[in-house]
Amino acid sequence: MLFRVITKEAFRKFVNTLLSEIEIIAPRKVATDYTGRSIYHYLPVDRFEDVALDYDTTRFSAKTYFTPFKENLASYSFQNGDWTQSIRYRGVTRLILGLHACDINALLKLDKVMARGPFPSPHYIARRKNTLIIGIDHDPCAGGFCRSLGTDTVTHGFDLFLTDLGDRYFVAIDSDRGFSMLQEVENTEVTEDDRVEYSAVRRRIAKGFTTHVETHNLPNILDIEFESPVWAKWGAKCLSCGTCAMVCPTCYCYGVSQEFSMDFASARKNKQLYSCNLYDFARVAGDHNFRARTSTRLKYRYYHQHRGFVETYNEPMCVGCNRCGNACLAGISPPEVIADLHMEEKA
Amino acid sequence: MKAHLHHFDITREESMLLPVEFHRKTRLQHVDKAFKAEITRIVPLTDMERLYQLRILDPGERERFTFFPGQFVMVDVPGFGEVPISISSSPSSKGLVELCIRKAGLVTGVLHKAGQGARVGLRGPFGTFFPMEQMKGKNVLLIAGGLGIAPLRAPLYSIIENRPDYNTVHLLYGARDQSQMLFGYQYEQWRRVGDVKLHLIVETPDPCWTGEVGRITALLEKIRIDPDETYAIVCGPPVMFKFVCNRLSELGLPMHRMFVSLERRMHCGMGKCCRCNIGSTYTCLDGPVFDYWTVMNLKEAI
Repeated sequence: MLFRVITKEAFRKFVNTLLSEIEIIAPRKVATDYTGRSIYHYLPVDRFEDVALDYDTTRFSAKTYFTPFKENLASYSFQNGDWTQSIRYRGVTRLILGLHACDINALLKLDKVMARGPFPSPHYIARRKNTLIIGIDHDPCAGGFCRSLGTDTVTHGFDLFLTDLGDRYFVAIDSDRGFSMLQEVENTEVTEDDRVEYSAVRRRIAKGFTTHVETHNLPNILDIEFESPVWAKWGAKCLSCGTCAMVCPTCYCYGVSQEFSMDFASARKNKQLYSCNLYDFARVAGDHNFRARTSTRLKYRYYHQHRGFVETYNEPMCVGCNRCGNACLAGISPPEVIADLHMEEKA
Repeated sequence: MKAHLHHFDITREESMLLPVEFHRKTRLQHVDKAFKAEITRIVPLTDMERLYQLRILDPGERERFTFFPGQFVMVDVPGFGEVPISISSSPSSKGLVELCIRKAGLVTGVLHKAGQGARVGLRGPFGTFFPMEQMKGKNVLLIAGGLGIAPLRAPLYSIIENRPDYNTVHLLYGARDQSQMLFGYQYEQWRRVGDVKLHLIVETPDPCWTGEVGRITALLEKIRIDPDETYAIVCGPPVMFKFVCNRLSELGLPMHRMFVSLERRMHCGMGKCCRCNIGSTYTCLDGPVFDYWTVMNLKEAI
């Protein structure tokens, strides 16, 4: 990987130039919640001043720009008792500015499911390849446990990645696209001072984590504790609303449905993001439901995140952003549930 | 800077321009493209089940469409939806697919109203299949309960068409009552031409039933099984194959030589939507055909 240093002023100019050319999505402050905490969302921006690069976390992840909540998979037109199917892939060129390491790692995990392996999805790849990513390092956010899952640093999956050195950014370049873009603005070679400062910043960040999740042997513990009362306890709280999956940067499951146009001349096949916590997730023909109980569905989400994904890809699906924990109306958070499971094992 | 921000057009990627080939799972291609097929014949089986014969319309697609016994297709009824249905016909009949469909929900309900000549879409074939090659030279036990006979017909045809390659073949079939027994008109042919030893059993006999009465496991006691030389294919409701496979285990048949086909709701068929996940295994990619050892290790499988 190549590294450069760019002043903050040059970076501002750089973003402003880009703004005149492509759509930029960046963290924006949209409101303040009842505790006084700022609420940020990844939204299109018009000027550099709207970008909140110092944000802690966003309520929703950026996955909606890669696997949208609702997406058209195919269309059908009907004529003379026959039909014709047409498929369109949407991939507008755009830049997502300010993604944190956990969210870039989340995209790398999504890539494994959507862009590689069996049946790579053209819908996903078209969006992914047309999206430039400029990430940024940050001090740990409250409740985040990405360090426990090894997703607090990132080595690829972006075009540029910034680390704030006060008056300038230390920039990691991971694509020729990023390299060429950077050529257009003033930047300098990395000096000894830059490297020393960069290391100091990284050490400060690493020391700042307060939430820890024990991941040692977790895949096995999940299997062993499949009948644990822990699931009944947390399942009793769960409202089966599916919010956790909506805000999660890696949850990708979905439902497909079709609908006719009002004049019956055409139909659309749509994909809509779903949640394994919703009641009918595993319901089959004949109204049999493989996961009719709330606790089973809640358990299943942990099982997939921390065991199933490991079996296939040798890494958990969870990136430790704790968005699900923050958003849960019933106060269920992964650090607590997992801690409970470990206790169960000791008992 | 614009020069560096050129748009990536996925439709011009080389592999996207090649004809769709569903067996090449890892190639980038139009994964939502459906092969258009016409319903050429509908055979009513019971009030709830019908056998549909479909023919893929495009000659090129018909040529490329091949499958292995045990695989399934996604049947697309435009405007209504898609359902996963296991293929019920011989793998050697090119482009002609038979699907045995029970009226169970919206899409299958619409299919039951469809007539000859109606056009549906097919995606696939998807999933794992029965190891017909491995079974050559061995005895085969085909065990079906109820609608389980539908996925079993594909390996059955495969065996009958290559009958000399296999040793003794038993087909054990159980249903609730006689009216629920599917494909009754074919039994004589399977027996006499196919050299398949057919054993039938019903749970509740009507007055004219003269055969066996009871659970399907009772049929296992009537035949001689050589555990070292036998493979078993078991299809039916989960509670049925659990009892059957446990009994076969007791008889000494190793679990890796028993194959079952699982049923789950699927929305994509391609290992993406997660709807058919069992614990952590995709029924559409790693299944629907599993050996029994794998099933034993799947949480919530049965």
